[in-house]
Order: sequence, then C-alpha cells, then structure tokens
Amino acid sequence: MNPPKTATAEQIVIGGSEELISGSEAIAHACRLADVDVITAYPIRPYDTVMQYVSQMISDGDFDCEFIVAESEHSQFEIVKHASAVGARVFVGSSGVGWFYAFEAMAVTAGLRMPMVAMVGNRALDDPGAFGVEHNDALAVRDLGWMLVWVETPQEALDTALIAYRVAEDKRIFLPCAVSCDGAFLTHSQAIVNVPDQATVDSFLPRYDRGDKLLHPDNPITIAPQANEDWVMEIRRQSDAAMRRARGVITEAYEDFGDKFGREQEPFIERYMMEDAEIALVGMGTLALPVKVAVRKMRAEGRKVGFVRVRWFRPFPTEELQDALSDVEAVGVIDRDYGFGSSFHSGVLANELRAALYPVENQPKIVSFIAGLGGREVNTDNVIVIAGMVADAASGGMNDQDTYWIGVRE
Amino acid sequence: MSTGSVEVVYRGIFQKTLAKNICRGVVFAAKKEGKIGTAFGRYSDSPERNGIPAKQFAVVSDTHDELQEHLARYEPDNNDVTIACDDALCKGVESWAWYGLQPINKLLKKGGTLLVTSFQSPNKLINFIHRKGEPYNLALVRAAASFSGLWVYKDDHTDARLLGALAKVAPHIVGIDAICEVIKEQWKDDLKVASARKTYEATETIPVSADQGNEEVPFEFEKPGWKTMEEGLVIRGISAEQQKVEGWEGGYVPTRNPTFKKFSTRTMRPVINFDTCIKCTLCWLQCPDSCFDITPDGLYDANMEACCGCGVCEAVCPVEDCVTMVNEEAFDDNASQWEMWVKDKKGYETWMTEKISDKPPRSHGFHHVGQYAEETADEST
Repeated sequence: MNPPKTATAEQIVIGGSEELISGSEAIAHACRLADVDVITAYPIRPYDTVMQYVSQMISDGDFDCEFIVAESEHSQFEIVKHASAVGARVFVGSSGVGWFYAFEAMAVTAGLRMPMVAMVGNRALDDPGAFGVEHNDALAVRDLGWMLVWVETPQEALDTALIAYRVAEDKRIFLPCAVSCDGAFLTHSQAIVNVPDQATVDSFLPRYDRGDKLLHPDNPITIAPQANEDWVMEIRRQSDAAMRRARGVITEAYEDFGDKFGREQEPFIERYMMEDAEIALVGMGTLALPVKVAVRKMRAEGRKVGFVRVRWFRPFPTEELQDALSDVEAVGVIDRDYGFGSSFHSGVLANELRAALYPVENQPKIVSFIAGLGGREVNTDNVIVIAGMVADAASGGMNDQDTYWIGVRE
Repeated sequence: MSTGSVEVVYRGIFQKTLAKNICRGVVFAAKKEGKIGTAFGRYSDSPERNGIPAKQFAVVSDTHDELQEHLARYEPDNNDVTIACDDALCKGVESWAWYGLQPINKLLKKGGTLLVTSFQSPNKLINFIHRKGEPYNLALVRAAASFSGLWVYKDDHTDARLLGALAKVAPHIVGIDAICEVIKEQWKDDLKVASARKTYEATETIPVSADQGNEEVPFEFEKPGWKTMEEGLVIRGISAEQQKVEGWEGGYVPTRNPTFKKFSTRTMRPVINFDTCIKCTLCWLQCPDSCFDITPDGLYDANMEACCGCGVCEAVCPVEDCVTMVNEEAFDDNASQWEMWVKDKKGYETWMTEKISDKPPRSHGFHHVGQYAEETADEST
C-alpha cells in the first residue's frame, strides 16, 4: 500500500519573493514574518482560510509558533490576551458572528491595553447565515479601543498586518488592532504579492517588549483589579489618550515602511483621481475595485469624479478626510454595512464622515448609500448611478438627508 | 492590449486543488509572458460542500487597468474558456450560493471554448449542454473527474493536461512553452510536463452551432423584493398533502417545495431494481431530502427533482444491488424509473443492467481513513 500523497506541490518560499497568494495567505505570511509566538484559532469562514495557511506553514516546518485551536471564539480571544500579558506576540481572528461570540474578551483586551493583531474576514452577520462580506462585524468594536483598518489587496493585507504589529505593540499605544479583509473578494482572491525577506521585516518590526508591564514572577504585578467609579474615568481617559497618540505612531510606521520596503502609501486614506474632483465617492475595502474602474470611465467622459478609500477607521482619519473632501461639491459614501435607526438611517461610515466634516467651511453635501450587503455585487454601472445621484445632490436636486439602497429588490 | 479569462467549474472539495492548480498555472504562465493576473474563487469556500459545483477563475491582462476592468463584477461574464472538471457539470451549474441552474456555457463568450474532462462522446455532452444561442467550441480531454479530498490530492496529471489543452484552445491567454515551464517549476516533474505537451498536441476543438444543445430553459423563479418578502426570515411550511399524479393513484407523491429543486449538485443517482425491492421503507425513511415517491404498488421511486445524490439510500438498503448509485452523466433525463419499469419490465432490466455496469470511477469523496491509499494502491497494480 502506498502512503497517502500530500496535498499540493506548492512550495512556500522563505525570503523576499513574488508569490501568487490570497488575502488570507498574505496575512499568514505576515504572521510568519512577524515571528508570532502564539496563534489561537477557531474555525469560521472566511477567516478559517488563515488557519489553514498558518497550519500548513507550521507543518511544513517554515514557521514555529504555539498554534492553539480553542473551543470557541471567546476562549480564542482570552488565550491571546493572556499570552500578550506575558510578553508573547499574538495573532487571532474571526468572522461575522464568530467575532461577536468573542465580544467580552475583545472589550477587556482593549481595556487592559493588550496589543494584538486580529484578522477579520468580513462576513455578514447571522441570520441569515450568509457567507458574503459586510462590515458590521468589525465595526461593532469601533468604540472600545480597537484600532481598525481595511485593506483592498493581498499586498496591502500583508503590509498592513506588519504595520499593525508595529503600531499595536508600540509602548505609546498598547492597543489591539484588527485588519479587515473582505470575505471572498479578498480572502479568496489571489494576486502576485511581494513577500518581503526576513531581514527587512526584522529591521522594521522590533521585538514586542512589555517592559515593566510584563506579567512575570520576576516582575510582580497585578493586572485588572476590580475598580469602580472613583477609578473608571481615568482608565478610560488613558485609553482615549493612547488612541489619540495612535495617529502619530501610524504615520511614523508608514513612513518607515515606505523607506524599508519601497512601497510608499498615504497612511490613513487613499486618494484616487481626487485632484480637481467636484464629486467624491468614499468607501472601504474591495469596493474600491469597481469604484476605481467607474471613476476612470467617468473621467474619460470628462466628469470630475474622484474616490477616497478609507483605510483606517479607528483612529478615524478626520483631518485627512477634511483635507481631501473640503473642496468637493458633494460626497457619496458607499457603506457595505448598515446603521439601523441611526441619523438619516445611514451607514456607519457615512455618519462618521458627516460628523468629521461638520466643522468644515463650505461643507459638501454628503449622501449615504448602502450597497453590496452580504457580498452582493457592486458593479461599475451601480457606481456610475451613485455618482449621478451625488451630482444631483450637489445641485440641490436630490435629498441628501436620506439614505439610498443600491441593488436591493423593491 | 487584451484580457484573457478562464472559468473553472469544479466539484467543491473533491476538485478544489485541481481547480486551484489550473488557475494558478494560468496566472504563473501568463506572468512568464509578461502579463499580470489574478486567480480567485466564487461560490467556493473553505471548507466547501462535498461535490457542490463551485468556480475558480483566472484572469490575465497586459495592464493593471484592464485587469481591474474585467474583475469589476461578481464573476467574469465573458470568458474565453470555461473548463468543466467533471462532465456531469455539462448539465449546468447549481451552486449553494443561489437557487437554480446556470448553463455551463452561460458565461462563455461567443466563439469561446468549453473544455471538458470526459470519456463521453462530444455529441452526448452537447445534448446535455444548454443551447447557447451563439456559436462556441467544445474540446475534450480524455480524463476522469479526478475526485479527491480537502487534504489529499490525486496527482494524476489532470491539472497539467488541462493546462496543456488550454494552451491549445486559447494560445492568446497562455502559450504551451510558458505552461510547460511553469509545470516544471511548480512540480519539478518531467512526466507532468510531458503530459501537458501531449494533451496540447492531441486536443482538438469541435464547433458547436448556436442552435445545438439542450433546448430546455433552465428553471427560474422570480425572487421577491423587500416589500413582498415575508419579514422575520420566516419560511412557511409546505403541507404534506399528496400530489395528484396521473398513473400514481393509490401511491403517495408528497407535495414538494416548488422552488427548491435539485440539479447538478448530484454527481450520482440511485438506480432501483424494483424486482428485488422488499418494501422495507428504509430508503424512504432515511432519505434526507424525502426524494422517494411511494408507487401505487408500494415500491419506492427516487424523484430526480429532489435527489441530491448523497447515496444514503444505497447505504441503508438491506438488499444487495437493489439500490445502486450510478454516475449522473449516464442519464439523459430525470424520468421516473418506476414508470419505465411498469411499462416494459424486460426493457427496464436491460437499461438498468447497462447503467449499473457502466460505472467509471467516481466516488462521493472519502468515506473512511485509508480509502485514498487503497485507491492509489489499486491504480499502481
């Protein structure tokens, strides 16, 4: 009897190389390059693809870490929280309602200032049990002290995960950071990615050092005592200050990343054909693909439309968005999420942006669109329709105090 | 300035690595020719559903902008080549992501090529394939469906052979030299390179005219809008009331969900030997999709609008060879076997014997630890 053959003949190349990999595999490579010490996992799609790639790397002998499959997401997040307290670099992740099952652990992680990087394979919340992308899962922790960043391509996923470790573990910050990857459109899409070599990563990413906050017998400390109203506000204010500092640390990290890896990018937002734009569209994640194609088409017809892709949602790039959008006549925000009962029944990003642009002089009209829920297609035609509606709003022919659902069956 | 797009339709899990190898091979080979590309899945997932049709795509372009343009939709709808990794998929694609059946050639561009692994005759396959209304080409690679599992891969060169055939039918996407170079790099196996080249040389295309093929219009239904759909995710139960079917008086054909039907999810279907049936009811009781109709004479007839091909009936039937799972591609229609048997018992026996004997290798995947090792051992002897 022949022994069973192994799955594939693909080789994971160690060192700087070009690889055809998905967003999930890119995150796994980032874990390997960051030499993460402890990874906890609990399967839920589409996040589980990261588990598969990480375990493949471990079994191939390319990556050495504690890989713990927990019995639920709650334990998954608790274990890494504790591992982080004793000085381990940790990685965790989930999707949709799996992410929600860990909610208590996620709240305390941020409250205790435990740095970690999580991958969210963005997925619609149950019910119905849909697998496609929506951003409400990751967005739910937006006010708890988690830093949140959305990426568009496998390359950006890898780069951003490395940046996320550097920012989260910076002593000035010590906050968890979630890297959001759109389910299917990014987690299952492969592109050629430059996988950096270990030496470059090591020069960019220092070791995780908790200093005198390390939970260790040689450093006797207590973490997380019971505390009441005479303490709580100060604790919250410290987290607030850390999140405020994150802006500068993120900027530093992107500058250094650009120097070391040769891939320069604006830290908080991506501006696409925004020079002289009269109409701007705003969105996050892989939605950028049809939007960019549509913007190019409209530009070819002489329409002055641009696009701003929001990378970091927490800390929210208030200044950058004020700068990018203060000269346009109207803004269309395309949310791949919903905010039932919120102001104007708008998406989360739209309302956040309305607040950010409130103090701006000659404030542009802001129109909210909900599209692509549960992974539904957003194509270039949809985007062109949206841009047309935004142009109408600019000229006052369209109500900007409402929210428009695109691609829903009436 | 051009974009080339390949759609690979495969059986979830069983052929996931096969589809992945093909799509990655295309992107790597195109890269050798100075193009850029991407490979991605649709309706595929991890883990996938055993045997449920899923897709992967490989899209290659000269420029980044062109590539983006082709990708700015849910799935590329203008493919140069569609590869069906299992010939039963010529009956159409039934995904878990939506209800209904998509003709296998629906996303193929006019004049494109449908590439199928099959031992069947081209005409038999054309009869399965829905009429396209536009001319296209058919090319066959003489290979088995090559089913394996999530963690094991049956490296029988089907991937290399399909890549070789692809270079023949769509040289503008990838050339055979680039394909061979990539196979050599990826697998370090000269025999695999030879397989690709041999298939490249042997592959021929057959033109299919606009009006050739299965005339049947795939089942469709109108989905309700948000104003008409019942709130609270409620689905009303269907009464178990008996359907009135002519010739079935005294039997029991349950009312079935009129919109949720089964199509190419099935890779095999049960063939029933009514003469040996002892009417024990086990198939009827255990079928997870209640697909068995009770005939007027108390026998059990599998209804092909409801059968997902799981094989539980074959497993639970206490009589040897009363229920036999047979490859789906052996059947031209979904007609009742019992009606055929009642009309002409001798004729049915001939038909049944032929179907059961024609059992090319296929499985529902892996049932037990060590099965794959057993299968590969069989092949090496």
